Amino acid sequence: MTAGPLLRIEGLSVHSGTGVALVDDISLALDRGEVLGLIGESGAGKSTIGLAALGHARGDCRITAGRIMLDGIDLRLQSAEGLRRLRGRRVAYVAQSAAAAFNPALRLIDQICEGPVRHRLMSRREAEARAIENFRVLGLPDPPRFGRRYAHQVSGGQLQRAMAVMAMSCGPDLLVLDEPTTALDVTTQIDVLAHLKTLIAGSGTAALYISHDLAVVAQIADRLLVLRRGRLVETGPTEEILARPQTAYARALVAERTAVALAQPASQAGPASQSGPAAILEVQGLAVRYGRQDALSEASFALVPGETLAVIGESGSGKTSLAYAVCGLVPGHAGRVSLAGTPLAPGYARRSREQLRRLQLVFQLPDVALNPRQRIGSLVGRPAQFYFGMRGEALAQRVAELLGLVGLDPALAARRPGELSGGQKQRVCIARALAARPDVLVCDEVTAALDPLIAEEILQLQRRLQEQLGLAYLFITHDLATVRRIAHRVLVLWRGRVVAQGPTAQVLREREHPYVKQLCASEPEMRRGWLEETLGGRAAATAAEPVQYPHGN
Amino acid sequence: MSATRQPSMERGGWLRFAASGAPLVALILAVAVFAPWVAPYGEAQFVGGVWDPPNLAHWLGTDNLGRDMLTRLIFGARNTVTLAALATALAFGIGVTVGFFAAAIGGWIDALVSRAIEILLSIPVLISALMVLSVLGNSLPVLIATIGLLEATRVYTIARAVARSIVVREFVAAARLRGEGLVWVLLREILPNALAPLAAEAALRFSFIFLFIASLSFLGLGIQPPAADWGSMVRENAQAINFGLPAPLYPATAIALLTIGVNRVVDRYLAAEARP
Repeated sequence: MTAGPLLRIEGLSVHSGTGVALVDDISLALDRGEVLGLIGESGAGKSTIGLAALGHARGDCRITAGRIMLDGIDLRLQSAEGLRRLRGRRVAYVAQSAAAAFNPALRLIDQICEGPVRHRLMSRREAEARAIENFRVLGLPDPPRFGRRYAHQVSGGQLQRAMAVMAMSCGPDLLVLDEPTTALDVTTQIDVLAHLKTLIAGSGTAALYISHDLAVVAQIADRLLVLRRGRLVETGPTEEILARPQTAYARALVAERTAVALAQPASQAGPASQSGPAAILEVQGLAVRYGRQDALSEASFALVPGETLAVIGESGSGKTSLAYAVCGLVPGHAGRVSLAGTPLAPGYARRSREQLRRLQLVFQLPDVALNPRQRIGSLVGRPAQFYFGMRGEALAQRVAELLGLVGLDPALAARRPGELSGGQKQRVCIARALAARPDVLVCDEVTAALDPLIAEEILQLQRRLQEQLGLAYLFITHDLATVRRIAHRVLVLWRGRVVAQGPTAQVLREREHPYVKQLCASEPEMRRGWLEETLGGRAAATAAEPVQYPHGN
Repeated sequence: MSATRQPSMERGGWLRFAASGAPLVALILAVAVFAPWVAPYGEAQFVGGVWDPPNLAHWLGTDNLGRDMLTRLIFGARNTVTLAALATALAFGIGVTVGFFAAAIGGWIDALVSRAIEILLSIPVLISALMVLSVLGNSLPVLIATIGLLEATRVYTIARAVARSIVVREFVAAARLRGEGLVWVLLREILPNALAPLAAEAALRFSFIFLFIASLSFLGLGIQPPAADWGSMVRENAQAINFGLPAPLYPATAIALLTIGVNRVVDRYLAAEARP
């Protein structure tokens, strides 16, 4: 061991194969036992820096300048064999998608023990004992036997923790955590976050924690490095940046969450008065079964023009089943869906063209919702052509008008989806739905795949469109912040059942069902100590009032 | 793209271009198209002795009946490549159409068609072809139809699998929710996205069909004499090997070169597609 910081990166630059600078002149230092948060939106170079700490560059990217010193060893001077010996043993990596990182054909314990055994650090027996100890630290069920399972036999949150155990198996000096909780539900995220914090603190390992969510990083990082487009924006102790962000960008990041916490729920402005206009969409006793599994039971609600109803729940709660059943994509459902007073057939194939036109769906992932081989112009223009018989000059004008409506440059009509950013693609999806002149827009997690600042822009766009066009939104989401910002009323789903329903402010204030309570409490707040307070509160509540309410890990 | 490739051409890039198989395939296609003009003699013209060694008048010597070997190879390219191309087109026309419909409709129709095709797949193509050709005779249309239909079962499995992976994507759901008809969905949403794997499969399938015709000809059930084709040329001249003469090796080499060439082209295409 040498004196000085464990990891020192000086003047790091990474370029892509086409010569674009992904990371430009970044320097940082990390002491033993310290946690440094790397924060920024996608394309900021966070993951690239994280991988550079392992001496690695993705695909045809190259590290073009700078020094990466790990405990006095210059990683750029190491041979491939030298790097192999360092990786896993001295520096380890926890990826965003644990599901993609585990071999589905091998038991977890075999994969976890491979590193230390291959590096000849310990025997298989010792490695297993260590893994079981870490299973216990991370709160995994039945630690002695947990490792015998396969990746598909454990939940997403458990697998993410198993991956952390794998990374810790050789007792590395440095842990690189690349968005380890991003793919998880808020209620699961809080558990994993707390366990990771315990693990890091207990082992004295230094960590680079990469995330786009400032509120999450704030719980775990001692210092922050704010990045944008590969450049350093701001750095400093976490409390300092949260309290007094110096740059405009850091202020926007901090405000993005703070605004949520302060914002008044949008419900009072809504048109959802009892004596108001007749419901455009009415759902009664909607139930969806897959085989013998109830995905959704007995959901009923009504939606009036100009109103937003948010459906919130964690993954597997039946919220997407609800959206798809309303649109007719799940034909075998029970219950009744009526559009403007007329009952709709359960399957879309038996609905009239006019009924299909009035009810449009916007998908979660714009990448797969747009045919990659078609141009934006024909994607957006097709519904206008299909429903209204527009063609030629009139169609081109309508496309330009629609693109303008969603805040896109009409010149993009000649591009293909692959040439657009995620936010732009989601705008194209919205423009395509609007081309049908619908009455109801069903939005399935439309902001879930986007960076927070881009997601905020999309929400603002949708609010503006609602005011302009009087659209009714059925808004599927797992994010409470989104509900607060856009929904007049909210419907909370938990394990396929409606556990709360009503005006947003009222539901979030009363928190009658324990799940609603937990959901509200799990939303990360932009201050240090929130994690410990919340977990303490949760433990106290469980002790005082033993509700049989399983955690969704 | 070609602008960035240019410098590599200068540094021994020509060798790589030649190794890509494209010039070889282009040469064989050109020869097939212009056969009557480039061939030095007539297709079935007797011009020398039996198995004359290569000389200035006959660059590759003569065959078992005293016909010019080079001329026979050139016409053989024409006959075999045309037949293989037509059979490939037929196999794809049928296989892709049925495969796409089965994938897009799904349900019991898909299950029924797929099981029926699996029964056909379980019989080796050569056996089926021998059966059909010995009953119906081996005129050229029957030959093309038989090979095309048999190979269509192989194309079907690929086309259906590719289409199924596209059908489940959300842009197809978006089109269906709009109320688009099945044909529009197949032609506009699925086909453009299936083109890359199908094109690769087409080139490979062409190679297989080409070899299949050669085997049929070798068994005497392919193209009938006196028309030249590479497979039957191997059979006709096989005896020459006993006398230490290279005559059957020329058509055999031609078969090998075209097969390798087409496969190299496909490899290059697939590598280019895989690049982001």
